[in-house]
Amino acid sequence: MSSVVTNAEYPIQTPGSTAASTLRIAPSRGWVSLKLGELWEYRELLYFLIWRDIKVRYKQTVLGATWAIIQPLFTMVVFSLFFGQLGKMPSDGLPYPIFSFAALVPWTFFANGLGQSSNSLVGSSNLITKVYFPRLVVPLAAVLSGVVDFVLAFLVLLGMMFFFGIVPTVNALWLPLLFLLALITSLGVGLWFSALNVEFRDVRYLVTFVTQLWLFATPIAYPSSMLPEPWRTIYGLNPMAGVVEGFRWALLGTNSAPGPIIAVSSTVAVVILITGAFYFRRMERTFADFV
Amino acid sequence: MTSSDSIISVHNLSKRYRIGAQQPMYRTLRDQLNDKALAPFRAARHLLKSNGNSNGKRRSSLNGDSTKGRSNTIWALKDVSFDVKRGEVVGIIGRNGAGKSTLLKILSRITEPTEGYADITGRIASLLEVGTGFHAELTGRENIFLNGSILGMRRGEIQAKFDEIVAFAEVEKFIDTPVKFYSSGMYLRLAFAVAAHLDPEILLVDEVLAVGDAAFQKKCLGKISDVAKGGRTVLFVSHNMAAVQSLCSRGVLLDQGKISYVGNVSDCVSRYTDFGCSSHAADVDLSSHPARENGKLPLLRRVRLLDAKGNVSDRFLCGEKMRIELTCEPSISLRNPEFTIGINDWLHTRVFSVTSYFSESTLPPFETECRVICDVEALPLAPGRYTLCLSAGSFEHLWVDHLEDAVSFDVEAANFYGNGRVPDGNYGRVLMKSRWQALNS
Repeated sequence: MSSVVTNAEYPIQTPGSTAASTLRIAPSRGWVSLKLGELWEYRELLYFLIWRDIKVRYKQTVLGATWAIIQPLFTMVVFSLFFGQLGKMPSDGLPYPIFSFAALVPWTFFANGLGQSSNSLVGSSNLITKVYFPRLVVPLAAVLSGVVDFVLAFLVLLGMMFFFGIVPTVNALWLPLLFLLALITSLGVGLWFSALNVEFRDVRYLVTFVTQLWLFATPIAYPSSMLPEPWRTIYGLNPMAGVVEGFRWALLGTNSAPGPIIAVSSTVAVVILITGAFYFRRMERTFADFV
Repeated sequence: MTSSDSIISVHNLSKRYRIGAQQPMYRTLRDQLNDKALAPFRAARHLLKSNGNSNGKRRSSLNGDSTKGRSNTIWALKDVSFDVKRGEVVGIIGRNGAGKSTLLKILSRITEPTEGYADITGRIASLLEVGTGFHAELTGRENIFLNGSILGMRRGEIQAKFDEIVAFAEVEKFIDTPVKFYSSGMYLRLAFAVAAHLDPEILLVDEVLAVGDAAFQKKCLGKISDVAKGGRTVLFVSHNMAAVQSLCSRGVLLDQGKISYVGNVSDCVSRYTDFGCSSHAADVDLSSHPARENGKLPLLRRVRLLDAKGNVSDRFLCGEKMRIELTCEPSISLRNPEFTIGINDWLHTRVFSVTSYFSESTLPPFETECRVICDVEALPLAPGRYTLCLSAGSFEHLWVDHLEDAVSFDVEAANFYGNGRVPDGNYGRVLMKSRWQALNS
């Protein structure tokens, strides 16, 4: 039994624009290709799904897009109060509020992206059982739609830096890559969870719980410089540790460049993403039957 | 193998489902672990059982995987093969659970087959429902773009057709209003309008006509027939035999996941209506009836139709009293039992239903075998053949058992209106007494 013909064909085009190719529909076995070409063919659908998520997210709320800021801002206030003021947590010589907020902005993007993408397939069951498209589009759109919230929170972060008189250094040029690292981590874990969630609804509860633990396993309320060196680099096995330390270094100029930790984090994140994508594609064949 | 002018070529396509997989229940990790842990015991029990009682009353074609002895799976589709030529309009018909939707889902690539394959040459679009992905909070305009892109249109294409879509849907005034404020009619018109402007070589359509009012259905049918006349290939799944007959040239009749007939559409429809009425006698044993829907428990054991004199009969007169007697053997105790009897005409269109829930009587809870009697006082049906669909369940358990077309009967012309004039089917299927007067203004 041969596998599905992989040449991506867009279902509808203007008649006669391309020569008809034969598509074979057959059971697939084992690991299958990611079909990234087909994903590219469906980029407009990805765009529309992101656009829908953004458009709908704060409909019928009084505070609207302010919610994007409230979440990291209030966590920062709580952290500053308990860890900063009461706990006298070290903060690499920075004012504690800006120290924690610079970490909370990428963290919130990651955590929301993870939550959204994990539930994305189940939430899109009406699409999945009725229309064919590369299913990878769904969790991808869920993570990417969080970018707008991130940008809003990031503007607040810039405002706070101005308030504390902190001028970003040239290292800020690394920010897009660090952001990409957060995105990859969020998407990678999200792919695993969303595919698992289709068959095992336990994942829904697991995600909330994992995100909570992960928050404290990441140097957000405290600096990773509390750890001695071999351990600090090993800490990078948590990809968000690399992201958070990278953000602080690039924006606030914390003394040591977190090169090794980011290298470890990037490797782990890419591994999670690739394995997640393959696992997702492998499970994809039964999504419509279980969702 | 594939002949050169075949646009769709299906070879031994089969799809196996685990029982329950189609239901909205889902498995948890714990279930899965339990499952694995108990597997050896289950296998042993299965072995013992099959030795003692090898000739169970199960439907052989659907139940069990003969190769692996797994009994909790079901073949929704088994060894289905057929070819469709370019430009053909093919109707796919069959009872509920015959595998029509599964077939369409596989051809639409929504789910994978378990065995076999299908070759499709050309751009394909499927329309399994209208308004897929519509979001209530978005405006009509926004939903056109969203839905269009979900159905596979490019943005430029949607833009080019936008005015046409809006005009077709007749919602110009409300195009910038969120669709949650639309009436259901407007919503449907808009949803169908987007779908109607798809431009594929092959179109798969499932039951989209089952919704909406008569005018809307007519519009939809008209559009589909336009598509068909434009030389496109259409696969059309429907219960509406009149629509199938008027649209399609060929028919594929599915029965319990297998092909029962392929060929000329009118032969196909008559075979379908014939086997819908296979139980001519009005006393039917339901314990292993083929019309039972997949996965339902055999709660209903027997159905009898009795006339006014208490005799078993499958012939009734317009306006005559009819007694429907159901024998039930509950495998689970039902505290608030409920029964629904639907009456279908020969085209399998529901004429009306009677429900214990919507009656003055309350049924007592029951645990052992009992008879449930439903009296229809004056049968308000035009002459013709009808079938009964039986559902049994309870307030707590919903429908435990369901049989489509379990028993059939004929209604013959009679003096329903008491004036000696005999109605025929041209006036509709339901007879209604009315009073008329003329007033001087």
